[in-house]
Amino acid sequence: MKLALASVVSLAALIGVSLFAPQWIVFMVMLVLAKGVVVLGLLVLMRTGLVSFGQGLYFGVGAYAAALLSHHWHISDAGVMLIAGAAAAAVVAALLGVLLAGYREIFFAMLSLAFSMILYGLLVKSAALGSTDGFNLHARTFFGIAIAPGYERRVFLAAGAVCAIVAALLTHRLISGYWGQLATAVRDNELRVSYLGASPYRVVYINYLIAGTLAGLGGALAALAVGHVDPETAYWTTSGEFVFIAILGGTQSVAAPFFAAAIFEVLRTLGNQYAPNVWQLSLGLGMLAIIMFLPGGLWTIARKRRRSA
Amino acid sequence: MSAMLATEALQKKFDAVTAAANITLSFDADTVVSLIGANGAGKTTFLNMVTGYLKPDSGRIQFGERDIVGLSPREITKLGISRSFQIPQLFQTLDVRENLLIAERIAGADNPAAATEAALARFELGPYASRPAGLLPEGIRKLLDVAMALSSRSKLLLLDEPTSGVSADEKLAIMDVVMGAVWAAGVTVIFVEHDMDIVARFAGRVVAFYDGAIIGDGPPEIVLRMDEVRRYVIGEETAHAAA
Repeated sequence: MKLALASVVSLAALIGVSLFAPQWIVFMVMLVLAKGVVVLGLLVLMRTGLVSFGQGLYFGVGAYAAALLSHHWHISDAGVMLIAGAAAAAVVAALLGVLLAGYREIFFAMLSLAFSMILYGLLVKSAALGSTDGFNLHARTFFGIAIAPGYERRVFLAAGAVCAIVAALLTHRLISGYWGQLATAVRDNELRVSYLGASPYRVVYINYLIAGTLAGLGGALAALAVGHVDPETAYWTTSGEFVFIAILGGTQSVAAPFFAAAIFEVLRTLGNQYAPNVWQLSLGLGMLAIIMFLPGGLWTIARKRRRSA
Repeated sequence: MSAMLATEALQKKFDAVTAAANITLSFDADTVVSLIGANGAGKTTFLNMVTGYLKPDSGRIQFGERDIVGLSPREITKLGISRSFQIPQLFQTLDVRENLLIAERIAGADNPAAATEAALARFELGPYASRPAGLLPEGIRKLLDVAMALSSRSKLLLLDEPTSGVSADEKLAIMDVVMGAVWAAGVTVIFVEHDMDIVARFAGRVVAFYDGAIIGDGPPEIVLRMDEVRRYVIGEETAHAAA
């Protein structure tokens, strides 16, 4: 009930933003949603005891898949682009997952990073995809309905809001049930999971697939927001940003990634404006404070409040 | 009556060490069997081969009608062989009830919640139900480990030193609870044990290991009095306990 209420309220708020907020806020909120969806996938992985330093791979694949539709096949439908972004990432994750699901801890993290850097290298080298400059995309319809010029981003934000909330609800359902418990069990003790008759490999594989798909969806959302893709989407700093947001928010709630992404974007915008030379320093100090005082992420504050209330 | 578990000429070597030399054993469904032997005698290696953790160099393992050599621990567990561990293997961040619930859910119990409550009662874990497994006293950890192994699909339960790591006066109480639960579940038990009082009290048959081979097999009152067993198994145990 509380969950349904939270979803409806946030959907209403986001649609309100999409209708009435100035363009720059619409743009920023879209980026927040895009990153939040990617971090939602990281949350699923972290609950399985794994951290991927290479979600930029799927973010990039999702963004480029969406952009290629527009650029090479002249499909300019935003709905199709979102689906294509998630689907392309899912296919790549399904393939790489076969290998990655056999690794844990630092090996998993580094291998995922390596794959993302391979994509980055390929994108930089391929002239047909615009090399380091990337290329633009244009979406003019949404599931066949033409969008009035100038209102594209507002429509994309509303669509992104629906995607993000649906993704968050599905993820919540997944992690609060048997599957989520099984993931925690794999994190705690794989030996016992095997000796109870379940496959840790399968749990990791499926959660990796989910995380990849969500990152692809996030990539497509970001591509629509920016109207441009470049290899930076797959670069390791992008992946690092996702991990940063995930740690900032914590893994206790599916809302945490979105709040953390919002805080991150606001900090970055303010930092770029007022302290362009030291904003990364303040980011580092902020992370240090989180790890030392709130190791469960910002969401622990909300939890403590509820408990004391 | 055909044997529930039978091994035939099992061999396993780790470099120069022979962990299993020609082990041929047969276990009936209705006898509680204790495996005894000094550390390194090959008891745990035997359990590891039966549960698929180690693959024997040669030999056969029959579970019912089926040859299970080469199957993974997961596949063997699904057939109905479950095990507990010398060092309890728990889900540390989950509480006792959640640990049991996962075990029952993986085992595909018809009603996992009810099976969990039944296990809590049967293993006398009720007072600890909402405590995280990582914060339990050792005796309770041992009990929980056995309780998780004994899920609704178990037919054969292998216990690797169910009373190790707990104080002498706790051992009997733990075994009483475990054997009571096992008896209620109608599951066959093979347990590895170092405490000969526990062995004499709970086992209907004793198999003594030494250097990867079997040096005694029969009722406890006979095997525990055999010279070789006294020298290589019990002798070392008492010396060990005195040290």
